[in-house]
Amino acid sequence: MSTKPTPRVRVPAQVKPGEIFEIKTLISHEMESGQRKDSAGKIIQRKIINKFVAEFNGKTVFEADWNPAISANPYQSFFYKAAESGEFTFTWKDDDGSNYVSKNKLTVAA
Amino acid sequence: MVWNSVETTRREALALASIFGFAALLAPKMSVADEQTVAAEIKKLYGDKKLESGKIKLDVPEIAENGLVVPVNVEVESPMTDADYVKAVHVFADGNPLPGIVSYRFSPACGKASASTRMRLAQTQNIICIAEMSNGNLHMAKANVKVTIGGCGG
Repeated sequence: MSTKPTPRVRVPAQVKPGEIFEIKTLISHEMESGQRKDSAGKIIQRKIINKFVAEFNGKTVFEADWNPAISANPYQSFFYKAAESGEFTFTWKDDDGSNYVSKNKLTVAA
Repeated sequence: MVWNSVETTRREALALASIFGFAALLAPKMSVADEQTVAAEIKKLYGDKKLESGKIKLDVPEIAENGLVVPVNVEVESPMTDADYVKAVHVFADGNPLPGIVSYRFSPACGKASASTRMRLAQTQNIICIAEMSNGNLHMAKANVKVTIGGCGG
């Protein structure tokens, strides 16, 4: 039906300690709302990504619960305050139980 | 003969018109959330707690040409320290089939309580935003978006 959702994340490679920077994420996904009907008048089953989680070094820093009102190919941006170097793990949770994951390294240096 | 055929077509036309009229009446109208549904959702989350104004900057376009992709940015004023930060932000719409749009959970590590996404809006409606602070205070902001083409069904 569609290709596997591909996450795209923009995290600056290097930041200064204490710097607050924006993280932008995008994932390809149709976000089928469960409100639409097919040509036969049958409701098309809902299939959305219902949750986005951002972790840094294993600690959850930001979460978003998405409803069917989120557009296809969902975009999410948020901020993070640099403290130490490490790795982000971004997880998108699909209605069908799949998880899509992206890992991005962050270097904090003065 | 001529009269007859005219009569028939006219009758048919009338019959058709009435059928369509009925169909329009009977067709399951898409249920739409309204102010009450949104209020009920907020009550479910926070009971009858007082909703203060201010602190929230809800950034949505005044007019959205395409209801399928409407940018929405929420920024809540807060020092974002361990003692004082924004815990959660909920965004609702009062004219979509479902009232909920998105719920965020922030942590002091965010440094700034700001997040952007894109939403679908079925029609012109209000966007309602609730922010829950770490001390339990609630803030509310509201904005109207005029939608030219709805982003629902199809």
